[in-house]
Amino acid sequence: MLVFALRRLLQAIPILLGVSLVVFGLVHLAPGNPIDMLMPPEASPEIVAQMKAAYGFDKPLYVQYLLWLMRALHGDFGLSVFNATPVWGQLVTALENTFILAILGAALGFALGIVTGLIAALYHGRWPDKLASAIATAGVSLPHYWCAIVLVLACAVLHDWLPAQGMGDDSLPIWQRLDFLVLPVVTLSLIPMGVIGRLVRATVLDILGQDFVGALSAKGLTRWPVLRHIIKNAAPPVLALMGLQFGYLLGGSILVETVFNWPGSGNLLNLAIFRRDIPVLQATILVLATFFVLLNLLVDIAQAAIDPRIRR
Amino acid sequence: MPDIGLAATTTDTPVLQVDDLTVRFKRRNTDVAAVNGASFALRRGETLTILGESGSGKSVSLKALMGLLPGYAQVHGKIWLDGREILGLPAAELAKLRGGAISMIFQEPMAALDPVYTIGEQIAETIVQHEGVDRRTAMQRALGLLERVKIPSPERRLKNYPHEMSGGMRQRAMIALALACSPSVLLADEPTTALDVTVQIQVLLLLRQLQQELGMAIVFVTHDVGVAAEISDRIAVMYAGRFVESGTTREIMRHPQHPYTQGLLASTVHGAMRGSKLETIPGTPPNLASLPPGCAFAPRCRYTRDACRTGDVPVITSPTGAMVRCVRATETVPA
Ligand SMILES: Nc1ncnc2c1ncn2[C@@H]1O[C@H](COP(=O)(O)OP(=O)(O)OP(=O)(O)O)[C@@H](O)[C@H]1O
Ligand SMILES: [Mg+2]
Repeated sequence: MLVFALRRLLQAIPILLGVSLVVFGLVHLAPGNPIDMLMPPEASPEIVAQMKAAYGFDKPLYVQYLLWLMRALHGDFGLSVFNATPVWGQLVTALENTFILAILGAALGFALGIVTGLIAALYHGRWPDKLASAIATAGVSLPHYWCAIVLVLACAVLHDWLPAQGMGDDSLPIWQRLDFLVLPVVTLSLIPMGVIGRLVRATVLDILGQDFVGALSAKGLTRWPVLRHIIKNAAPPVLALMGLQFGYLLGGSILVETVFNWPGSGNLLNLAIFRRDIPVLQATILVLATFFVLLNLLVDIAQAAIDPRIRR
Repeated sequence: MPDIGLAATTTDTPVLQVDDLTVRFKRRNTDVAAVNGASFALRRGETLTILGESGSGKSVSLKALMGLLPGYAQVHGKIWLDGREILGLPAAELAKLRGGAISMIFQEPMAALDPVYTIGEQIAETIVQHEGVDRRTAMQRALGLLERVKIPSPERRLKNYPHEMSGGMRQRAMIALALACSPSVLLADEPTTALDVTVQIQVLLLLRQLQQELGMAIVFVTHDVGVAAEISDRIAVMYAGRFVESGTTREIMRHPQHPYTQGLLASTVHGAMRGSKLETIPGTPPNLASLPPGCAFAPRCRYTRDACRTGDVPVITSPTGAMVRCVRATETVPA
């Protein structure tokens, strides 16, 4: 098991290096030299050369990459091209904000998904199944932004139940502004709920059809111990999907963060694209991709801990 | 008992008695009559083999005894376990009996074991459920059981997952699991069919030996005449959900009365060894969704006459307790 975990960890390193190469390559994806695009057309060649040297663009590409990577490893992604503040600081704030939404949205969505999926499978073909499946289908197929707007209309415009914009007065600690979280968290939980609910239903139905479940009753196990066996068997594929879904949430939803004016990583990414702020873009993508890879690593290890057949 | 035949011949009460068991699977557009009146009684230490082709209702009969059939199955008749009626008991009461007084081993041990729990955990869990002992004690008991079914290096095997064991070893573990709470009746549904011939014999011998040590009664299900001859005290031949003939192993093997039993014996190497040549029974088993009136075997029988296709088939019981359900038997069996 430990060997398995270490091997997976080692396998993650080349993946992360690959990601960093792609992210670094982003700078050179746009036509022309990044500096040329930043400088006003009338800038003198001397100033352009000076700028190039300052940003290290005069060195060979692989040296640029290594320097960039070394600095990135220390959390130094340089300054934002747009407002000349350190990229790292902006990124940390945005990630924190998104993280709060992602954790709560995932927790709510996964909990609802697991419960509805289990109910649907255990009442297969009867009305609780139909109801739960309808909820799950609605969760995955209703557009995010539409739900967000409906929620805002219902809870903030027509009634004055909940705030719909931003994060509130940030001099207050977050637990005194929880009302700002409700609408975005509910919106974000819809897709994970639907996706997980459907997978749980399918997986549990598949397990219920296997002979060992009958054999568990033949041993004299009662309902709850049998359910424990079913849950442990269903866990590996469900965990894998949960990892993916949480990864998506961490990336921040541009649409949801825009509707709710939430200063998270989706918002930051959106702004960076519009402002052609390449250092911010690079840092955001690299950090998010790293999260994603590590998350999958954790899921792999958890799966192997549950199902011995996966350890190889 | 309306369906006479396998009544226990001695005075001591049977551990398992089944009276006119019927099972029907009735759903929106199907109506399958899987078991149509099976009766038998079984004493301590006795082995009854239910012998029959695929689809004859053997597994369904065993599941009915365990109360494991799906909700839409209609089960009728009477089942007594240790003198207590168990058909229709509430689920909680049934759960106490399953794995306790009555337990079951399955054809495919790989499919019957949970792949994500170790063998030790799965055995211990049963003991904890039934006897309320703590996990440590239960694990110790599990170890003892693995020793009992002669699994080599049992300490290590206790921590194995099912996929880490060979087929024969898994079936031994399954037997250990079934014996965990000293059942008085063990139901064995083709426990050796999925195994190699050599392993098959080892497992059969093990079952016999354990039965002698523990004195439980075994209902053994198989379609293999050789295996039936090896393990049983008595044999009941099942066709289309009915016993067509029953008697001691010797009676059935030496003097089969029913044309179906005769056909079964002639169609196996074991039966054909006695000089006659290997034959197969022509035709296929009947569709259980639309059983013909009269004898279900009539369409395949070489002795069919008009009486076979109408009305109830007579049941003839000999003084020794042997039973045959055949029109011809009125002439061939001395009453
Ligand atoms: N849950 C069910 N619903 C409907 N029909 C069923 C169900 N289970 C079994 N049957 C039917 O009952 C009949 C008897 O099946 P059973 O499994 O008892 O056969 P078997 O004698 O054990 O055969 P095999 O040797 O292949 O295991 C079959 O025709 C089968 O299709
Ligand atoms: Mg069967």
